Amino acid sequence: MSSDTLSRLRYMANQIAQNIESMGEGDPVLGTADHIDKFWDPRMKQAIFADDRSVLSPVARAAIDHLAQGAHPPPQSRATEFNAVDEVGHSDAG
Amino acid sequence: MGYERQADFGTPEVKSDKLVTLTIDNREVTVPAGTTVMRAAAVNGGSIPKLCATDNMKQFGSCRLCLVEIEGARGTPASCTTPVAEGMVVQTQTPRLEKLRRGVMELYISDHPLDCLTCSSNNDCELQEQAANVGLRDVRYGYEGANHLDAGIDASNPYFDFDPTKCIVCSRCVRACDEVQGTFALTVDGRGFASVISAGQTHDDFLSSECVSCGACVQACPTDALQEKSVKEIGLPERSVVTTCAYCGVGCTFRAEMRGEQLVRMIPWKDGKANRGHSCVKGRFAYGYTNHQDRILNPMIRESIDQPWREVSWEEAIAYTANKLRQIKETHGAGALGGLTSSRCTNEETYLVQKLIRATFGTNNVDTCARVCHSPTGYGLKTTFGTSAGTQDFDSVMDCDVMMVIGANPTDAHPVFASRMKRRLRQGAKLIVIDPRRIDLVRSPHIQAEHHLPVQPGTNVAVLTSMAHVIVTEGLADEDFIRARCDWDEYQDWARFVSDERHSPEFLEPVTRVPADELRKAARLYATGGNGAIYYGLGVTEHSQGSSAVIAIANLAMCTGNIGRPGVGVNPLRGQNNVQGSCDMGSFPHELPGYRHIHDDEVRSLFEKDWGVTLDKEPGLRINNMLDAAIDGTFKALYVQGEDIMQSDPNTQHVAAGLEAMELVIMHDLFLNETANYAHVFLPGSTFLEKNGTFINAERRIQPVRKVMEPANGYEDWQVTQMLANALGADWNYTHPSEIIDEIARLTPTFAGFSWERLQKIGSVQWPVNDMFPDGSPVMHVEEFVRGKGKFVVTEYIPTDEKTGPRFPLLLTTGRILSQYNVGAQTRRTGNVLWHDEDLLEIHPADAENRGLKTGDWVKLASRTGETTLRVLVTDRVAPGVVYTTFHHPSTQANVVTTDYSDWATNCPEYKVTAVQVTPSNGPTEWQTEQAELTERSRRIAGTTEMEPAE
Repeated sequence: MSSDTLSRLRYMANQIAQNIESMGEGDPVLGTADHIDKFWDPRMKQAIFADDRSVLSPVARAAIDHLAQGAHPPPQSRATEFNAVDEVGHSDAG
Repeated sequence: MGYERQADFGTPEVKSDKLVTLTIDNREVTVPAGTTVMRAAAVNGGSIPKLCATDNMKQFGSCRLCLVEIEGARGTPASCTTPVAEGMVVQTQTPRLEKLRRGVMELYISDHPLDCLTCSSNNDCELQEQAANVGLRDVRYGYEGANHLDAGIDASNPYFDFDPTKCIVCSRCVRACDEVQGTFALTVDGRGFASVISAGQTHDDFLSSECVSCGACVQACPTDALQEKSVKEIGLPERSVVTTCAYCGVGCTFRAEMRGEQLVRMIPWKDGKANRGHSCVKGRFAYGYTNHQDRILNPMIRESIDQPWREVSWEEAIAYTANKLRQIKETHGAGALGGLTSSRCTNEETYLVQKLIRATFGTNNVDTCARVCHSPTGYGLKTTFGTSAGTQDFDSVMDCDVMMVIGANPTDAHPVFASRMKRRLRQGAKLIVIDPRRIDLVRSPHIQAEHHLPVQPGTNVAVLTSMAHVIVTEGLADEDFIRARCDWDEYQDWARFVSDERHSPEFLEPVTRVPADELRKAARLYATGGNGAIYYGLGVTEHSQGSSAVIAIANLAMCTGNIGRPGVGVNPLRGQNNVQGSCDMGSFPHELPGYRHIHDDEVRSLFEKDWGVTLDKEPGLRINNMLDAAIDGTFKALYVQGEDIMQSDPNTQHVAAGLEAMELVIMHDLFLNETANYAHVFLPGSTFLEKNGTFINAERRIQPVRKVMEPANGYEDWQVTQMLANALGADWNYTHPSEIIDEIARLTPTFAGFSWERLQKIGSVQWPVNDMFPDGSPVMHVEEFVRGKGKFVVTEYIPTDEKTGPRFPLLLTTGRILSQYNVGAQTRRTGNVLWHDEDLLEIHPADAENRGLKTGDWVKLASRTGETTLRVLVTDRVAPGVVYTTFHHPSTQANVVTTDYSDWATNCPEYKVTAVQVTPSNGPTEWQTEQAELTERSRRIAGTTEMEPAE
């Protein structure tokens, strides 16, 4: 992965962590991990797992550590609660 | 039977629980109280002659043709201004009325050309009709008296003419411009016999006036005075088909009036639930792109992007594409393929594109343009309300008392809905506008915003949180609502947060640049002014804290109890004609249709069984991540349907680098656009007139798109996707979009009760439509939030990293203009270019003077990302320190300067905040010149005699 893309991934991870932490809901580490788990594609995840995590913010770093161990956190907010197979209602239409 | 105008009942419908029974011409009729005698006759099969009355406007009572005799009443009252009364007995035809009506007609015809046979309104003229109805046989005055027959025609508007010789000064056009459109551009100049319709000052014509060319006056005109040029050229239509507009998220329904396979004109359909018989310049007139010379009708391929295109057969193009896709998949894996669905194409087509990518490409790398506009709405409203669907329908605005418009410019971007807003504002509702620019809505005829808060770009969350501070600290929150509908403890936490001094308007004023006093008044008005509704647009979402701003908006609505009934709500003004539908159809990389995450085994299994494939269970790449991966060499092939990411996505140079790095770019569109400069395969697309299907508008309303002509390129877009899928080994055999709808209904609970046949019967329906909501759902969260309790979420203001500084001291924000639509792919190929043939940079007089600039000067607009050149317009609509431009013309390259910053949750690009410098310039930048040359080279088609660019 190019350094440009890597630095963008780091930026994104830090940005997610900063905003989730500021929302003050639940555990920000799990919240960040949940978000990245649900929305990032595998190569992005692999890239940041393999990257030097010391450059990340503390929350982002802890979240990546958690995910790299194979964790799949349950939904930490309504944003990551999706419809079950026969459910209607959790729309996140843009 | 042939062509018939839509029925016109003379005066508007009146709703009432009380019914009145009267007798008209010895027939008993029953109508709601408040209905006029004219309408009562019309809805019961009668037809009182009329000229100045039409049913989308208030009665006027001027033509004196609709006189009736009422038992017990004196004289001959006009039926249009007479409301029904219980037991009234009305005669519409008596010898006295006959004479009076003929007398009136004689006067009209004494000053009217008699060239019916060669008039373009022959057989479509109400004057002609009424002359026949009243039995006019001669004009006793003769024709030698004073008249207006030497007046000149005003042909300035590209779409319609105004011929004053045919005008009967019924004032329908003036009233249409007032009541329906709200622009007040027309007036009656002079008095008595000298009265003439004028588009403004005496020297104004329609083009130079304030007219926005919505066509309401043309539609209202009973004679040939205001007539479409297309009717003059072609003749009258023979039939009409109701279909839905392919421009913006209002989703106006039109009657496409046809003669054979030729479209004569588009007339708004009066029964359209979204537009109620109104339209804007784009939907009404700007359909010429469908048969523009630029339109590509044959598939084309080329091995590399520096070669000219080679026209080939469909078979060769599809086979070539499929082979290349297979090769790339074998070499690099399924993750190297991906695609973009179109928010301009139908739901059925979008569904098939995401099915193609998931089921035959074997990846979830599918995304849609909602990414770059309202994806934060999805995230933000889902977090707070549990679902992101807009909470109301458009009609709800008529019950609103306080409208708060944030980061939206509805008169330009959602014009038909803006006309409804203006109607309500003229009735007395109040308006708050939060926008860096003084948009038209702030001050326009008969409308003035109570408060305009000129927010500094990038500080929305600060403004919204400080409004919440005012509401909570001044005790204006609706605690009953909160206790009943939300989590009280969460509210307390949130209330504590917003009450902190550092969230007060005074503390944040240096950051937001909004005067604290104004902000306090605005917050108080929203909280206590009655029904408060928030309407917002991309000025909220296209920021690095876009999702947080949406959450803040939802917090405001909840804490003031403005949810769950008509007249209130949180209303995202969705842009594209089918962006809602595109999301509903599973265009996001992390979810299947119906908002079900790809991780969910049960959901995947449902689709796997129905589709007969195994699905990748990991989320795919978003658009911007696809481009990053392309530059990294792990993403190689992109199928783009109906979108131009080179022009519309931020940081153009980055987009170009991404596209150039790919081995196969398949462009499926109507025209060779900027993205096609980097394409290897071009598959010609079909327009909305050439296909059957459905669009879903911003109200969640599913509306039909009906085919009125065969696709000029040979296939409807869904057929092309099917061909490609089958060439890749799929076994699809859809023969009509109704079958695709059946599959969607089978697999998606939201649409379980929906079918093409049902849509034909009911006209339109707002989803969800299933057993629980068999007739659809206009207003959401009525008794309770769809997901239980509303959730208050703290929104800390985190400033964007895009900062001004000595090198880049100004902030650029971007937007749209009425006559052009987004990248202008359609509108630049219509007469609309007359109004906006280039993008201009709006700059405040103080900033302009500092730089020695005046309107019309060329300037270089530079940011840390790139630079471009365009002309300047000096105006005080923008605040000092803020500049503004549109992005409708590719030559502007506006997105060369926008950054890679994006919303933290959804990666929606931060188009609205770019630090820039503006300096005088004497010509285009190197990039602009290179792009123009690349475009010229890329549009060469081998074998054509002229090697000029297609545009």
